[in-house]
Amino acid sequence: MKPKLVVIGAGMGSGRVLEHLTEMAPDAWDITLFNAEPRGNYNRIMLSPVLSGDKTYEEIVTHDDAWYGARNISCRFGEHVIGIDRANKRVQGQNGAVPYDKLLIATGSAPFILPVQGRDLPGVITYRDLDDTNAMIQAAARGGKAVVIGGGLLGLEAAAGLAERGMKVTVLHLMGHLMERQLDEAAGYLLRQDLERRGITVMTRASTAAILGTDRVEGVLLEDNTGLEADLVVMAVGIRPETRLATDAGIEVARGLAVNARMQSLTDPDIFAVGECVEFDGHLFGLVAPIYDQARVAARSLLGEQEAFVVRDVATKLKVTGCDLFSAGDFAEAEGREDIVFRDPARGVYKRLVIEGDRLIGAVLYGDTADGPWFFGLIRDGTDMSALRETLIFGPASQGGAQSDPLSAVAALPPEAEICGCNGICKGTIVQAIEGGATDLGAIRATTRASASCGTCTGLVEQLLQVTLGEDFQMPTVRPVCGCTDLSHEDLRRLIKARELKSQPAVWQELGWRTANGCHVCRPAVNFYLLADWPLDYRDDPQSRFVNERRHANIQKDGTYSVVPRLWGGMTTPDELRAIADAAEKYNVPTVHVTGGQRIDLLGVRGADLPAIWADLNRAGLVSGHAYAKGLRTVKTCVGKDHCRFGTQDSTGLGIRLEKRLWGSWTPHKVKMGVSGCPRNCAEATCKDVGVVCVDSGYQIGVAGAAGMDVKETERLADVASEQEAVDLVTAFVQLYRENARYLDRPYKWVAKVGLDWVKARVVEDLAERARLIAAFELSQSIYRKDPWAEHVANEAPRYAPLADLTLEAAQ
Amino acid sequence: MTWIDIGHIDEIPVRGARLVKTAAGCVAVFRTAEAEIFATADRCPHKGGPLSEGIVHGQKVTCPLHNWVFDLNTGAALAPEDARIATYPVRVKAGRILIDATALRRQSAA
Repeated sequence: MKPKLVVIGAGMGSGRVLEHLTEMAPDAWDITLFNAEPRGNYNRIMLSPVLSGDKTYEEIVTHDDAWYGARNISCRFGEHVIGIDRANKRVQGQNGAVPYDKLLIATGSAPFILPVQGRDLPGVITYRDLDDTNAMIQAAARGGKAVVIGGGLLGLEAAAGLAERGMKVTVLHLMGHLMERQLDEAAGYLLRQDLERRGITVMTRASTAAILGTDRVEGVLLEDNTGLEADLVVMAVGIRPETRLATDAGIEVARGLAVNARMQSLTDPDIFAVGECVEFDGHLFGLVAPIYDQARVAARSLLGEQEAFVVRDVATKLKVTGCDLFSAGDFAEAEGREDIVFRDPARGVYKRLVIEGDRLIGAVLYGDTADGPWFFGLIRDGTDMSALRETLIFGPASQGGAQSDPLSAVAALPPEAEICGCNGICKGTIVQAIEGGATDLGAIRATTRASASCGTCTGLVEQLLQVTLGEDFQMPTVRPVCGCTDLSHEDLRRLIKARELKSQPAVWQELGWRTANGCHVCRPAVNFYLLADWPLDYRDDPQSRFVNERRHANIQKDGTYSVVPRLWGGMTTPDELRAIADAAEKYNVPTVHVTGGQRIDLLGVRGADLPAIWADLNRAGLVSGHAYAKGLRTVKTCVGKDHCRFGTQDSTGLGIRLEKRLWGSWTPHKVKMGVSGCPRNCAEATCKDVGVVCVDSGYQIGVAGAAGMDVKETERLADVASEQEAVDLVTAFVQLYRENARYLDRPYKWVAKVGLDWVKARVVEDLAERARLIAAFELSQSIYRKDPWAEHVANEAPRYAPLADLTLEAAQ
Repeated sequence: MTWIDIGHIDEIPVRGARLVKTAAGCVAVFRTAEAEIFATADRCPHKGGPLSEGIVHGQKVTCPLHNWVFDLNTGAALAPEDARIATYPVRVKAGRILIDATALRRQSAA
């Protein structure tokens, strides 16, 4: 009698075991194969091409009836296994029991279903097998909208397939960038761009709250209350090992079925397991390469041979036509690791190699993955690549004596090498221009247009100047934003607008940042430029802000904070003062100070108390005074004609109106205003960033004053007759400042650079431009005119407390 | 080593930090890319600035008070400053952040 082998699950892992087994020892075993799906082993990896229509099911079948027949494998397809009786060594199927001597469990994985309302509605499907694929193909035939939850490998392949079949697809992804386990931020950004180019909408940091619909799915609701219409919802948020049978049989299961290096259950030596259902040494498996290794080991173990399974690195490739990406190994930053980064924005290429010691340990490639297998080989073999290091990133083609000095590299380029990708200008043309007398960057831009568009080849052009002119060429001294880039603030702002860069990774990638994600100098500037230029597309990033703007309070030298509520136009009431006094007592505020901006400053508040003190102040109607912000601070006023015998207009009223319109808006630097009711100027309006002096005939509007490190009187922008015009001009001026000034330039510095006439032409004379500026400001304010304190009390309060308090850990 | 669970990784914003109070003083726990965690002393040796409130970039943090920059791997300040902050072993397992209590205790005894 031949020994009996029962196999549960006809997937790629067990299929490979059967291949090895029947090859190495034909007819050694009496084999029964159960499969819950009504079919045998097919190449699950190729489901994506089936979905997109590039292949049919028949083309991806691995083992057909003839194959099983030739090996005398008794197939029980479409039959679920109900239980494993280990005591009597029998597997109980729906249609009867089968005895075994050895059992191979290969139940694979089950898709993870989000525990949200509506997950059971018709039209909500997962993406694991052929039935799911066919369900998607049928749904796509009806057209309409699909929402794919999960921006990992499977979710994106589903999204691309559905889009290919004509559905309007939105991908929801919980993390900040797509495929975060395989890709870093920059590659995730490029992938997103490629997907969006083919009409797929991508929403990151999108958390699903519920799936909506009565009889079948109609839409998806996000945590932030965004609603999306959907005729089909695909859940691809992850998989978990399918271990229910093993657990029920009392076999040890951690996350997966626990096996030793021979793929043998730790509990029962007669039971083996391979594939996505197993856990080995803390690892789970989802890619085919290690699972094929397991299959070989399991087959040998069944035949009594010795071989140990070893976990090794695997490479990932996305099977979406036109999205060329590759990742392998470990590319997290860590101690002792170094990055080599190559970016080619014009071609959408990004390559990053991670090196530890003399070994390559990780690689992420996007846009040009031709060298992927070569890098993967170096990672897998642990090759010592110290000799290759300088030119490693250029791949195998450039190995063998290439130069590492950038100047000699440029010198070595052939004349037909393209330098400026935007304008298609090659090296020969530029060298000709230089020899023809264009001896600086401006002249080269004027004669050849090289580096005149996106500007990222500026460095190369300068190197060409240096190579061609030698000593005669002086490198220009534009002040770059910081060490992460060669661009000046002005160029950076221009490029963000011109090339419609709407995220920080977009800026880093398209403009060739030298660091992975900027530094403390460029990050706040880039964050401001993005939110000022794209208020609806870009969301403010608190992690790119200085502590005061992130905590909405001013940090003091002892680590405590100061809290300044807004007193509109410097006006207050007994109730407000009482609330401020109560808060000061309740939170033991050591210092209460009346500021120069007509407000009250509570100094010495502990960080952990901030949400509580804000909640108390909020209850009295007080909101943040933004005393910490590069934004509108105060509008200082005098009491105006209501009380003062010299007052000409309602200066207090105008001040309050301005403050209510402008508060909450972020600006390149802080903005302080004043409104005086007469030329005696009690509100000191003539040394503010914007100051209005009321006169009998109307309002004198001055801008670009200063009373800090520099002291400077305002310059007259215009005189207007009505309060409405005054408000409009001030708003338009602030918006022009937001759109054009460099980060950390106060208005007086900015006006000195562009000239008051340039400002007047846009704010005062060109009425259409004035209207545009006001509309743009209002659009931005629809997002930012709100109290950050109330928001943080409601949503962020836990982050003000320590993550953990270990001081209470028993001393040992 | 004694590993203590101090919270879930999602409780720390990406490129941000949170504070952990310990007998050895306040420890800043940083999150850089999606899932990288570091722990260092919270106090900047220059003027005592809270490093957990600094801007996190790459594997570095900039002190919010006077812009000293520290390497989170080694705790060393970047040139031209010559200073070092304590670093503590941390690891992430199934999304939970674990810190080495032995190292913390060693620090407080020292």
